[in-house]
Amino acid sequence: MDLKFLDEAPTTAEREAVDSVLGPPESGWDGGTRQDTDLRYARGGHTARDQRDMLLPALHAVNDRVGWISRGALDHICRRLTVPPAEAYAVASFYAMFAMHERPRRVVHLCTDIACAAAGSSGLRDRMVERLGPPGSTEGGTTWHESPCLGMCERAPAALALQAGDPARYAVAAPAGPDDLDALAESASADGPVAPSEGNGHRPAVRTTYGADPLPGTAPEADAASAVPDAGSPDHVLLRRIGRVDPLSLDDYRAEGGYAALREALRLGPAGVLREVNDSGLVGRGGAAFPTGRKWSATAQQPDAPHYLVCNADESEPGTFKDRVLMEGDPFSLVEAMTIAGYAIGAQTGYLYIRGEYPRALRHLENALALARERDLLGTDIMGSGFSFDIEIRRGAGAYICGEETAIFGSIEGQRGEPRSKPPFPVEKGLFGKPTAVNNVETLVNVLPVLLMGGPAYAAVGTEKSTGPKLFCLSGGVRRPGLYEMPFGATLRDLVEAAGGMPEGRSIRAILLGGAAGTFVRGDELDIPLTFEGAREAGTSLGSGVVLVLDDTADLASTLVRVAAFFRDESCGQCVPCRVGTVRQEESLLRLRAGASPAQELPLLREVGQAMRDASICGLGQTAWNAVESAIDRLGLFSEDTHQTAAPGDRPATEEAR
Amino acid sequence: MTAPVLLSPPKRLIDATIDGEQVRVPEDTTILDACSASGTEIPTLCYGDTLTPRNACRVCVVEVEGARTLAPACSRKLEAGMSVATDSERVRHSRKLVLELLGSSVDLSTTPQVAEWMERYEAEPERFGRRAEPAALGVRDARRAGEHEPGDGSVAATVEQPAKVDNDLYVRDYSKCIMCYKCVDACGDQWQNTFAIGVAGRGFDARISTEHDVSLPDSACVYCGNCIEVCPTGALSFSTEFDMRQEGTWDEEKQSETTTICTYCGVGCNLTLHVQENKIVKVTSPHDNPVTHGNLCIKGRFGFQHVQRRGGD
Repeated sequence: MDLKFLDEAPTTAEREAVDSVLGPPESGWDGGTRQDTDLRYARGGHTARDQRDMLLPALHAVNDRVGWISRGALDHICRRLTVPPAEAYAVASFYAMFAMHERPRRVVHLCTDIACAAAGSSGLRDRMVERLGPPGSTEGGTTWHESPCLGMCERAPAALALQAGDPARYAVAAPAGPDDLDALAESASADGPVAPSEGNGHRPAVRTTYGADPLPGTAPEADAASAVPDAGSPDHVLLRRIGRVDPLSLDDYRAEGGYAALREALRLGPAGVLREVNDSGLVGRGGAAFPTGRKWSATAQQPDAPHYLVCNADESEPGTFKDRVLMEGDPFSLVEAMTIAGYAIGAQTGYLYIRGEYPRALRHLENALALARERDLLGTDIMGSGFSFDIEIRRGAGAYICGEETAIFGSIEGQRGEPRSKPPFPVEKGLFGKPTAVNNVETLVNVLPVLLMGGPAYAAVGTEKSTGPKLFCLSGGVRRPGLYEMPFGATLRDLVEAAGGMPEGRSIRAILLGGAAGTFVRGDELDIPLTFEGAREAGTSLGSGVVLVLDDTADLASTLVRVAAFFRDESCGQCVPCRVGTVRQEESLLRLRAGASPAQELPLLREVGQAMRDASICGLGQTAWNAVESAIDRLGLFSEDTHQTAAPGDRPATEEAR
Repeated sequence: MTAPVLLSPPKRLIDATIDGEQVRVPEDTTILDACSASGTEIPTLCYGDTLTPRNACRVCVVEVEGARTLAPACSRKLEAGMSVATDSERVRHSRKLVLELLGSSVDLSTTPQVAEWMERYEAEPERFGRRAEPAALGVRDARRAGEHEPGDGSVAATVEQPAKVDNDLYVRDYSKCIMCYKCVDACGDQWQNTFAIGVAGRGFDARISTEHDVSLPDSACVYCGNCIEVCPTGALSFSTEFDMRQEGTWDEEKQSETTTICTYCGVGCNLTLHVQENKIVKVTSPHDNPVTHGNLCIKGRFGFQHVQRRGGD
């Protein structure tokens, strides 16, 4: 392709970073030094262009090494991959974690989302402004941003510092006190080995993207198991290994029953696996609750080849942290489950798309993949069965929309993470236009008990229509927030009680079910059964299993403004209802919070909300109004006769408000 | 793609219902095409007759019976037995809102037909409040994804900013850009294969941009003007048109259109010369031309000055 470049040279560090993921260039044609022999042949067409899916890893490599993506670096990436610079810029500028302007090497992401705001992140925000200037300020040795949910809601408020270098390093402060935050906000430290320490948990044996040592001066992060208050409970199925095994040890995993399910799968054959999964009644745990067996069977039957498996680990729904805990605490189970899924649907390659804000989960998975390959549990001829399968990790870079099941394809392919119109559905035309099964982490991990117990036995757990165990992410005002595993059928009350209930003197003002895309319910609706059908009957949804409890001190109007700001920030911008609708929704809520007349604003909000729900391309726009609508209708917020600072307590939804 | 050219097999006819009327169309016909064939008008903005539908603007949505959400008529194929409503309450509501959301955030003053649709769907873009002040040039281009200044809701955010005038041939006035993606597709792999522009940023801050927002002369742009050809709102326009509009002399009533053949080379592209007061003011190309489908090169598009160099100039 005849491309025009800006002719700005990359620095040595940038060149090395890119070459570390792409290998050294072969000739002047792909960004190397020009040689006489280059004039004797031309390199173009598909051989030059079919590495487009390496664009995102190459951008990450530069961002990880130097902290931002300069013109020279982008130019070099484009030469290496034969990508037009305008397209590469379009992709890079889509992601919040990439900077296109020079900035300090260390970036602090302070979570200001719902759970962290309820835990007092605004005080921390003020402290950051005082110390480092407004968000994005590049004056000091460190810069910072307000971040959407970092997936550490059980220990809110949370902050994450990422520091570019060789290797890149990170540190977490959660719950973040002022001192912890100050430690994160220190100026970027020098590169090079630091004294070995306990590190962020465990030390992997293989080289990983992020170094094992945390940033100097910061406290080590608590183990993944600390997110599971009743870790070690004999009732656990999905969480049974969390806290019992070293997440970096394959031997530990095998000693605790690991890879028994894959052996069973290989014995059953692909059709047998599909039968068991169909019989199990397992449905997707990412939020849409689509039957996994049907998705797999449909993918397996497609005549087009190859088939792909995509594991959606872009867990970004505010209030959700279940997948992080699984990946950090029991990474091999996901590797095993993906292998089984690949076997069932006839895929040889699986992509594990993990969000960029999960450095520890990334490290544990990189380690798990390397060890699994070493022992022939990935690669060619797995366990001597003749089945070949491998997994590639792709890291997101700060875009909630990339968790949408078609946007994830664009992101992996090196395009912008924009959702695609359905039909065609992913099972027909998914990743690279080929039949693809996309599954959430928790869904995949459920396949292990399905095979070990057998489909019918698994289906006996839970209720008739919602089978198996389910993870719930409890956060907010309860005594013991964390990740809870319960068979389907428990009520909201059971769950809140398991989490220790509310502290003395506090009552429940509202519970957000399903995250920002979910709905609020009242404190007197604790009898809602936490099943897909039960939630639907109650006019709400389980979504990804978020149960975020807001107590009577919560500022609901501000919570709604934060939800609206989240959707505005995370909209990909492709379709009008979502791109502009989310802006108008936020503006209206800002006016309401400031005391504008509900009689004027609510009809406007409803109209915008309805258009977003009806006419948006994807689930983001379609659900961007859910939480706001439920707060108005179910909680009675902004109702005509009370002010938005409605007295704590519960008000039934008024018919008139509808 | 190196797919061989195949003659398409004969297509099956399918029966479906549009607004209660039975229609019979070949398989793979879009709802929009089926509607055009049966004389049902559907408004479109991001749809381009020479481009693959992006279904981004959502003004063409229709209601498919049994579907949870509305479907874009421009890209959704009619299926056997499908029942489509093109003017239901839900459809009218979404179209009205799309027009209002665009009207309140974008300058639609040069978008053909939009005033008529606003009236038809009773759209009132003003109800979102006073428009925010336009951003200074470069501010929108520097915005980081996933972040915005919340403001207080007292003004309605817009995409308005000064027009980008960085070359002699055409002007990019992104205050009028509805993000239909058509210029990007025409510049990219659908027609020109120049890839000078892309959609940068995200959400409300998404914008059409060259790499790092460099000026057009520094970019890969070859000034074919095929982006202007497909732009539905006048965000991209000839410098002649832009200047005349500024001066207040642009008057389409006084313009004649003459289609002729470009004299520069042997391809035989069709040019439509728009002439006002005996001066060529812009050049377009018929989209139904079987060879070029409305595409031209810099010479055909912009090389008309010599025609009107009169004695004494």
